Amino acid sequence: MMEKKVNAIDVRNVTKIYTSGNTQTKALKSANLTIYDNEFFTLLGPSGCGKTTLLRLIAGFEDITEGSINLFNQEIVNLPPNKRPVNTVFQQYSLFPHLNVYENVAFGLRRLKKDASLVESRTFEVLELVQMKEYANRKPNQLSGGQQQRVALARALAPEPKVLLLDEPLSALDLKLRQAMRFELKTLQRETGITFVFVTHDQEEALTMSDRIAVINEGEIQQIGEPEQIYESPSNKFVANFIGEANLLSGVCKTPGENGVCELDTGHELNLFVPPHIKQNDKVTIFIRPERIKIEKSSKDKSQLSISEFTYLGNAATIQLKSNNQLINVNLPIEDLKIFKKDDYVDIHFPKESAQVID
Amino acid sequence: MNIQGENKTQNRILSLLPLWIVIGIFMIGPLLVMAVVSLMESNVYGGVHFKFSLSGYRQILFDTNLFDEIEFNPAYLIIIARSFMLALAATFLSLLIGFPAAYFISRQSDRVKNILIFLVTIPFWTNLLIRTFAWIIILGKGGVIESSFNFFGLLDEESSLNLMYTNSAILIGLVYSYLPLMVLPIYASMEKMDLRLLEAATDLYSNRIELIRKIILPLSMPGIIGGSILVFVPCLGAFIAPDLLGGGKKLLLGSLIQFQFSYARNWPFGAAMAMFLLALVILVLIFNARLNRKHREYANQK
Repeated sequence: MMEKKVNAIDVRNVTKIYTSGNTQTKALKSANLTIYDNEFFTLLGPSGCGKTTLLRLIAGFEDITEGSINLFNQEIVNLPPNKRPVNTVFQQYSLFPHLNVYENVAFGLRRLKKDASLVESRTFEVLELVQMKEYANRKPNQLSGGQQQRVALARALAPEPKVLLLDEPLSALDLKLRQAMRFELKTLQRETGITFVFVTHDQEEALTMSDRIAVINEGEIQQIGEPEQIYESPSNKFVANFIGEANLLSGVCKTPGENGVCELDTGHELNLFVPPHIKQNDKVTIFIRPERIKIEKSSKDKSQLSISEFTYLGNAATIQLKSNNQLINVNLPIEDLKIFKKDDYVDIHFPKESAQVID
Repeated sequence: MNIQGENKTQNRILSLLPLWIVIGIFMIGPLLVMAVVSLMESNVYGGVHFKFSLSGYRQILFDTNLFDEIEFNPAYLIIIARSFMLALAATFLSLLIGFPAAYFISRQSDRVKNILIFLVTIPFWTNLLIRTFAWIIILGKGGVIESSFNFFGLLDEESSLNLMYTNSAILIGLVYSYLPLMVLPIYASMEKMDLRLLEAATDLYSNRIELIRKIILPLSMPGIIGGSILVFVPCLGAFIAPDLLGGGKKLLLGSLIQFQFSYARNWPFGAAMAMFLLALVILVLIFNARLNRKHREYANQK
């Protein structure tokens, strides 16, 4: 089951500083990460966080300020983009408008001086793969956004890159198409066995497609891990908030240690794991996902939590509990919809492992 | 509904009236005069006899010899061919200089770009005649080039490089005069070009030369075609550079026509030549339209 993992990309202490005039912008601050061969790896973060910069550094479009990038254990920082065995799918596709679909896809192979017969067979092979074979003679402006997207994919896949870089390739598509393309991309990655490095700001996209995710904010890598890991145990407040809905509740540590106790400002006591660096009476922030919280009816004298908002979503409801200026979001499953209403007093509880002290 | 429709048509005709007047007076009118003159008999004292004659056109190809026989005369055909070749050469040279220049300008920062484009247009501020005279000072005997050759001892005082009054001198003059008309349209189409396409091409293993050949050149084709027309057409009819730098030794179409109206007093022949030149230009424009249609598809995409 456990196979030996091969490092496809090693990013070591990579810093990128943009200088314009007298102002310097640090786009990446000493970033470190390893991407394994045959992996669907996602760089996730808000716009301007440096994720695209990292991708462009790997592709070679930007000069690195500091650090090194290795591709299959070979230093590539000094190679120009046309000498790096990686290909990019651009955000706006950037298909060559004067060439038809076939010539667009064959472009890379032709530049690599492949045999004419190989160019033809490989071009049709990838066009087949993205189901665009019958459009081979069309010009890019005769294609829909989704079709252009497929051609852009085919064009980047045709030269059989060691790593495929994808720069928010789905962001220009409408919702329906975007969702369909997620599965196609994932399937494509599995079928081709090529390492995908995917840049997105869409956490849902990242969670559904990736083998592993690196969350980036303000030029720094916040957390690297599998989607579940990142969702269930975020390493800090930023990650907790950026991915999915999160409650970040403030409280005080009562008992430190593995079987610790923390008291929320709402007065609730929670049993949970308290990391060793937190001592008694330290202020803590506790993270918990809204769907992990279970509520039950209570009365005014027993609980200070009341339902202050009730939002009906059709297949579920989200409610907001209020107490001492603290708001707690809870997802209510469909079967509980009828039981609760606004202004009800409730009590909350949740499994110990689903709450977490967070930095 | 119907009345409204009629009103609209009337309004449209009325609103276009000034345009038609301008085109009529300044374009169609003079052309008609030329066409009429070309079909008249010449008057040795200038002007024309108002009598229909095709002699103007006939003179382009045929001559009347001493025995009043009409015989084929290739002299003017040679002038036409020479003009055509010179215009073609000037266009090609302008392209050779203009394309890299436009590319260089388009790759600069916005500030530098504006300054450079401004510099390209500066020659238009001075009269072409005066600027062409400047070339006499540069190319002529004892001019800038010869005296610098003298200075470095590459040429003794008595001899001359004989730069002036040659086809090359005319060519230099023509290229100099019309180069901006080549640079500007090419620059415009390069400016519009999506730079990410260059990144994409580099990502797909293009080296610098392939980048220019496979992406930049085809994408700036509308500008190249436009610039070539803008240079070729006036070069075909140019007479300032040929007269001043060519010394009028080798006649070109423009000089020939000018000569017919000024000294030779053969207006019908001059007008016929002008009509012939016009036909030539229209042919080139049709050819251009054909070429452009091929490129319009992707030029429109932006």
